[in-house]
Amino acid sequence: MFVRHLTVGDFRSYPSAELPLEPGITTFVGLNGQGKTNLVEAIGYLASLSSHRVSSDAPLVRFGAGQAIIRGAVVRDGRESMVEIEINPGRANRARLNKSALTRTRDVLGQVRTVLFAPEDLALVKGDPSERRGFLDDLLVARQPRWAGARGDYDRILKQRNALLKSAAPVLRGRGKQRRPVEGSDTVSERESALHTLEVWNTQLAQVAAPLLYARLRLLRDLAPLLGKAYDEVSAGQSDARVAYRSSLREAMAARIADGEVPELDELHAELLETFAEVRAQEIERGVTLVGPHRDDVVLTLGELPAKGYASHGESWSFALGLKLAAYHLLRHDLGDDPVLILDDVFAELDAGRRERLAAMVADCEQVLITAAVEADVPPELRGRTYAVTLGEVTARE
Amino acid sequence: MYEGAVQDLIDELGRLPGVGPKSAQRIAFHLLQSDAVDVQRLTDALTQVKAKVRFCVICHNIAESEQCRICADPRRDLTSICVVEEPKDVVAIERTREFRGRYHVLGGAISPIDGIGPDDLTFRELMTRLASGEVTEIIIATDPNLEGEATASYLARFLKGMGIKITRLASGLPVGGDLEYADEVTLGRAFEGRRLLDA
Repeated sequence: MFVRHLTVGDFRSYPSAELPLEPGITTFVGLNGQGKTNLVEAIGYLASLSSHRVSSDAPLVRFGAGQAIIRGAVVRDGRESMVEIEINPGRANRARLNKSALTRTRDVLGQVRTVLFAPEDLALVKGDPSERRGFLDDLLVARQPRWAGARGDYDRILKQRNALLKSAAPVLRGRGKQRRPVEGSDTVSERESALHTLEVWNTQLAQVAAPLLYARLRLLRDLAPLLGKAYDEVSAGQSDARVAYRSSLREAMAARIADGEVPELDELHAELLETFAEVRAQEIERGVTLVGPHRDDVVLTLGELPAKGYASHGESWSFALGLKLAAYHLLRHDLGDDPVLILDDVFAELDAGRRERLAAMVADCEQVLITAAVEADVPPELRGRTYAVTLGEVTARE
Repeated sequence: MYEGAVQDLIDELGRLPGVGPKSAQRIAFHLLQSDAVDVQRLTDALTQVKAKVRFCVICHNIAESEQCRICADPRRDLTSICVVEEPKDVVAIERTREFRGRYHVLGGAISPIDGIGPDDLTFRELMTRLASGEVTEIIIATDPNLEGEATASYLARFLKGMGIKITRLASGLPVGGDLEYADEVTLGRAFEGRRLLDA
């Protein structure tokens, strides 16, 4: 697919902008702070309903304006559709598809698909586990939008369970008083009642956690060979990039998962419940849920060493790029259609060899959008159509 | 800001659920312009609701006397109890006229975030009702959301082994709706709960 036209209104630094685009490669060149990234961020927002730079929507709306609008005309298999998002900070955003309003904004997910690589993605390698979990989950949603709902449910159940662990901690530790017996029933202590409630939340959490974990593992299994290949191509076979899932489940299961095995869904479900039972005392002591997809990580290794801490800056950068390119190839294979590849400021950090090889790798993509502060950083064969971005003005350069 | 009484009224109205500052202002000025008789009727209704309405000693639904209309009705089936979260759910189910048993109003759903645990709901009162052994079926009709499901599964655990049939309301496609408009979760549930069609 490709984006044929982008319109933004009161988005970031742009009061309004119209940008015709074409398939193939388009490069945006401009000095720092002129609004290059804002343009690709807008396209990214159409695809994911979130920005790759900020977690809240408020900074996306131009200072002083009430709402921002992003409208994209996308062409897939020769068919054009119009996707429009209205960003209302503090209120619900609204989405329109071909000019008709959608009742649920997230129904628009999947209309535009992008894979975006930006300097922030360095955190995939150097940052906290949450970055890597987020990468997997975002990719899950990009493959199958229904995971957006499952993620939300998981977070809500987790919040409830954590609230219970905190509030009921004194009782759960066994310091609660005996409750007065109910006529006609056995005496139930306050502690038993709290444990009962905890069990209920265990069941609820496992019901959502097991499919999420299962989906992540299958995703990683599909992604691993693509990552190896992508990293190999970027680095010209310097070392071997690998991924392994680090699970918070019990040791035996965690070891099997780390080896790349994908256990059956039922087995994961049972294992989750058993692990909950095992760590109960610890969870009560600490007042948080210690087991589940929200505690997991993806371990990245380069050759024999973990990428985090051992890889150089350039290697980390290439690893993060490899992950994104692998995601791109996965989506392309899955959907039989190229997502829009966005490379935000990627070339400045790569050596000449890696730049050239990256250029060769993306040459056959349907649409590639590139931003760069220094035009010379972009290999000449990749420049394609070039736009100069100056103070929010986008002008085509011949 | 308005002066004295008007602002007080707006503030009080603004505390009501679903009433924002603008609506509160509109209602306040509407009342100001209404006849004194109309306003008096509203005042009476407000006073009465606090003075007269109480909760049924059996099912905890709202009632005007010791027992609610439904519990006091001798024609209702004593062997089945439908467990709901709020009194308004009773009204909703009553509209169907499908259910002839009695109700039990829990007074909410288990939600640790809001500080609501099983002890804050009327579970124990339900157990007391079951002690007589008359009841043979419990229909759990809590909301089909996260908290409602948790409450249902708590209840199911609680009642296990008492020899009572426990059922949960089905969830699935809305009647008269279009399949294509159903969200994935609802459609998934509908698949799980599909039933054999007798030809």
